[in-house]
Amino acid sequence: MPATTMSKAEREQGHARVFDLSEHSLRELNQALHKLTPGSNETAWEVLHPRGSHSVAVGVDQPVTIDVRGSVGYYCAGMNDGAAITVHGSAGPGVGENMMSGSIVIKGDASQYAGATGRGGLLVIEGNASSRCGISMKGIDIVVHGNIGHMSAFMAQSGNLVVLGDAGDALGDSIYEARLFVRGKVESLGADCIAKEMRPEHIELLQGLLDKAGVTGVKASEFKRYGSARKLYNFNIDNADAY
Amino acid sequence: MCGIVGLFLKDKALEPKLGAMLSEMLVSLSDRGPDSAGIAIYGASSKNETKITIQSARPERDFRGLDVELAKAIGAPVSLAAKSTHAVIRTAPDKVDAAREALQTLRPDVRIMGAGEAVEIYKEVGLPEAVVDRFEVRAMTGTHGIGHTRMATESAVTTMGAHPFSTGADQCLVHNGSLSNHNNVRRELIRDGMTFETENDTEVAAAYLSNRMAHGKNLGEALEGTLSDLDGFFTFVVGTKNGFGVVRDPIACKPAVMAETDQYVAFGSEYRALTKLPGIDNARVWEPEPATVYFWEH
Repeated sequence: MPATTMSKAEREQGHARVFDLSEHSLRELNQALHKLTPGSNETAWEVLHPRGSHSVAVGVDQPVTIDVRGSVGYYCAGMNDGAAITVHGSAGPGVGENMMSGSIVIKGDASQYAGATGRGGLLVIEGNASSRCGISMKGIDIVVHGNIGHMSAFMAQSGNLVVLGDAGDALGDSIYEARLFVRGKVESLGADCIAKEMRPEHIELLQGLLDKAGVTGVKASEFKRYGSARKLYNFNIDNADAY
Repeated sequence: MCGIVGLFLKDKALEPKLGAMLSEMLVSLSDRGPDSAGIAIYGASSKNETKITIQSARPERDFRGLDVELAKAIGAPVSLAAKSTHAVIRTAPDKVDAAREALQTLRPDVRIMGAGEAVEIYKEVGLPEAVVDRFEVRAMTGTHGIGHTRMATESAVTTMGAHPFSTGADQCLVHNGSLSNHNNVRRELIRDGMTFETENDTEVAAAYLSNRMAHGKNLGEALEGTLSDLDGFFTFVVGTKNGFGVVRDPIACKPAVMAETDQYVAFGSEYRALTKLPGIDNARVWEPEPATVYFWEH
């Protein structure tokens, strides 16, 4: 039986704490999540009727699971530090912004700048992500089952961005040390981003990420790797045209 | 910020609810722009009649007796239906220019919001809730409509600075974003005979589309032109007598979500605006691509 057809009482018997956003405010939800302390028994949460609300489950810093039943607006699961958050719908701009650790799974699509500035953890988008996915990422791993939009991984510093579909224009513009793996077509590469050789250690790393993201039927060898040519790290007047 | 919405009905059974649905969508985005709000609704149209939506800051003074005076001035029957600060004047299509001219003399303080066979435009300073209540938008019937709630950046918070902007018969536009080359484009359009009511950047975008369509382009082609000729940030939602279009600039940092079912095509700045539409859980929901024109026609 899909969870959405279960009654509240039935779900609570399964020990998930159910929070219905058509009955309670977003602030009540986030405050309840922020009050969690290490060792709390309230380890499973379910959020109903998010209806595109902003900032659902931001700033959670305990290793709980949170299932959001429906689509969310801006900044869902931002700053996540240890929780396993699943959105059973699509996410608006800035999902998982500045994640520290834990995981976020979006069953649908994600809008702009998914995983922006993320420092750690795993963000999985089972649909498509739009523009600026992984912008300024700093250690997060992002796996997108579909396509990503333009200017993704702009100024990406570290971490891994894995795309099973295609990437839009200017991928990895001004990239530092993040690794980008794209299985489909790349519309264009940004300044200082180049295709690189897939060595055995990259295949191994990528296979590990695909496994962690629950991707099956796709081989690491089907991807191309992109990264920094390292020519724009320091300003050099001869490179002025590349900026 | 600003919030914009649009709704294009495919299912005639929903037409009596257009005003209510569009109002709900707009009110849900109130926190994207508290300065002013507006809505354009395409209702029943007749080839024998043109509607002119007018506005006055002093409606009790300006609207009283206006139908009789205007009919006398243009030598044709005129009806007037007042709703708060706005009124819809109905007259013969070939008398519209004469009516516009006569209005300037008869009621110099009255502003024209727009004109056409189908469109009615209502916009005022204030929150969406207050604006849709004031003009009884929820009770309105129609085939399609667009709405806007404004957080002003490029020009003053006034009734005339509110969206939608209408610069051609049955044409109107709402905009989230800001244009940087609007002064130059305005000058070029003035040279080509277009007239402007405000210093607002969005009015330039509306006039640009009207101008291109006056030069024989269809809505889709006119929207395509914005991508090369307008500089700045924009998500536009546009209405014509029987059409509805959407375009985002190539950077596409202004948010946009669309939904389509057998019954309608809907646009919202955010998904929040769409959550109460019928059948939304099974609708095709997507983010419109940058630099890509979408349009539908009845």
